Amino acid sequence: MRKAIIDKLTILAESAKYDVSCASSGSTRQNNSQGIGSANRWGICHSFTEDGRCVALLKIMLTNFCMYDCAYCINRRSNDIERATFSPRELAKLTIEFYRRNYIEGLFLSSGVIKNADHTMEKMLQVVKLLRIEHHYHGYIHMKTIPGASPELIYQAGLYADRLSINLEIPTEDNLKQLAPEKDHQSVYKPMHFIQQYALESKEERKKHRHAPRFAPAGQSTQLIVGATDETDRDILNLTSILYKRPTMKRVYYSGFVPVNEYDKRLPIVNEVPRKREHRLYQADWLLRFYQFNVHEIVNENYPTLDLDLDPKLSWALRHPHLFPVDVNRASYEQILRVPGIGVKSARMIVAARRHSALTVNALKQIGIVMKRAQYFITCRDKLGTTVQEFTPEKVRLALTTRTLSSETLPAQFSLHF
Amino acid sequence: MNIFYFDHTLQGLLCAIFDAYKIKCFPDLLLAEGEIGPLIVDTTHTVETMSYKYQRVSQALKKKLSPFALTQIRYIWHAETPESKMLLFRYLCKVLDSAKNIEKHYSDPDILAVKKLAKKVSAERHYLMMFVRFNKTADDIYFAPVAPRYNVLPFIYRHFQQRFADQKWIIYDESRHYGYFFNGETIEEMTLLDDKDFLINNKINATYLAEDEPQFTALWQKYIQALTIRERINPKLQKRAMPTRFWKYLPETWTK
Repeated sequence: MRKAIIDKLTILAESAKYDVSCASSGSTRQNNSQGIGSANRWGICHSFTEDGRCVALLKIMLTNFCMYDCAYCINRRSNDIERATFSPRELAKLTIEFYRRNYIEGLFLSSGVIKNADHTMEKMLQVVKLLRIEHHYHGYIHMKTIPGASPELIYQAGLYADRLSINLEIPTEDNLKQLAPEKDHQSVYKPMHFIQQYALESKEERKKHRHAPRFAPAGQSTQLIVGATDETDRDILNLTSILYKRPTMKRVYYSGFVPVNEYDKRLPIVNEVPRKREHRLYQADWLLRFYQFNVHEIVNENYPTLDLDLDPKLSWALRHPHLFPVDVNRASYEQILRVPGIGVKSARMIVAARRHSALTVNALKQIGIVMKRAQYFITCRDKLGTTVQEFTPEKVRLALTTRTLSSETLPAQFSLHF
Repeated sequence: MNIFYFDHTLQGLLCAIFDAYKIKCFPDLLLAEGEIGPLIVDTTHTVETMSYKYQRVSQALKKKLSPFALTQIRYIWHAETPESKMLLFRYLCKVLDSAKNIEKHYSDPDILAVKKLAKKVSAERHYLMMFVRFNKTADDIYFAPVAPRYNVLPFIYRHFQQRFADQKWIIYDESRHYGYFFNGETIEEMTLLDDKDFLINNKINATYLAEDEPQFTALWQKYIQALTIRERINPKLQKRAMPTRFWKYLPETWTK
């Protein structure tokens, strides 16, 4: 019997691994000191696979049988792969056993669509209910919503799960129709809307009654596949910024297209996963969420694609040399935040520290500013050297790309913070 | 060179500050009682730990620092590096000497050093929350050996107490030879009497493990392998996120 479990686990993990979401943050579920588990506000990763991606949640499918035939998906029904199905009880037990050993931070439950959306959602709900009710489990649960599921089931899911997600996958509807003729964006946007509505209602309700049930306290997230279709970075980021304007949307993930189903002529021929592009998109995403950038500043008609050699903030700064240099001892927090080489933490430290004494180049270095990039864009009391205005953006670009190209490694996809 | 001997507790250190202001003599070196000092010494002073002394110092600190900075003080104390005692002493004197709150005066080298070291200790604390791995023993206790760089066990047991409220567990610091035992109701500090027999090469002696434990280890190893996307292999990134010094306790890395 144990053998069967190990095979199922392998098959269903293989099928789930292309979903990139792994955050375990945003929820503060407490243990009532009788059950097991708690959720951490900032999230905790527990391991990292050889590809460098974090493992926080037991990312698993309930089944990889699927009625759909989407070109980009490994589990499409026309693929000849091994198929398996967990019983809800098996999966709940496995989750608890992993959790007790501190292997995982919670469960990420996904599933192929069997029979219809509602039937699949009901099966998934069984697992989640078993965990919460029978095992008294208070840890994190991320649950995928099946496109086209009924509002009642989504409501129930939100009561038991911490985060719900539903993947857009292909950014534009036309391309989606190409690759997955059986799907449409409507069936994704509708559940997204339900989740938002229920979450906002629950928030209102909790203002009136302290014990009113929470609905998906960690909000919702979605995923876009990058490089399977011809959307530009501008299309993708415009969509992202619209999604982030929705109150409960916490994260948009970008999944560099891994060549699967190579026999399908509708898919592009790619030799390598577009990791660099994916990385630049995440950087742009961070600029939108933490650096007070507007999407039109990062990409617009004249710059529809992100520069692969420069990070988007540096690229923006070089297009706007007239805004620099800024004086770190006088400029506003917002201005300092836009300097290449200064992050959110350093910017906050600068603003706090300069109240005590003016900052020197050495102090800035000690604080942790990347002078290699920042030097062209700042002045301070003892600042020597040339600024971007005198040096010209072209030369700055040259100086920074020739050195960075060889040594740069891709940073981890951040999984903490939202 | 002025040397203060104290009882090597945080309260003792606060008393040393009290004494320094009282006798108007500030130490260049803080030593625990019994430690051997340098050859050339001007004055030595032995600090007597008294509650009225440290209470007065800690009250003064509470007035001048945010709760976050007070936590930082505990982090620095538990860092237990060669310089951390004197760093903390100098930092606290600066805080007391200043009329206003100076915890964010980052161009001051001591204040920045406190921030950086506290961050490292806090990171180690977080690493433990990530990389503690429990092994179920035959008598139903979940046991996790660890060897953190700083002495951070006191900062993490509450997290595990809340999370694993319905199971018995032990987190044991192999390098400092102590741990915390949760018996289902309360936390106790404990020491293994025979850790040479119980722990072999950082792993629990297989004879003490629960019968089904190797199966769960195998399941976890298989799962991590299945989750890896072969087209994206990037060991450098993996090692940066999960430093190799933790690997000896992580079953998923043993198979390589």
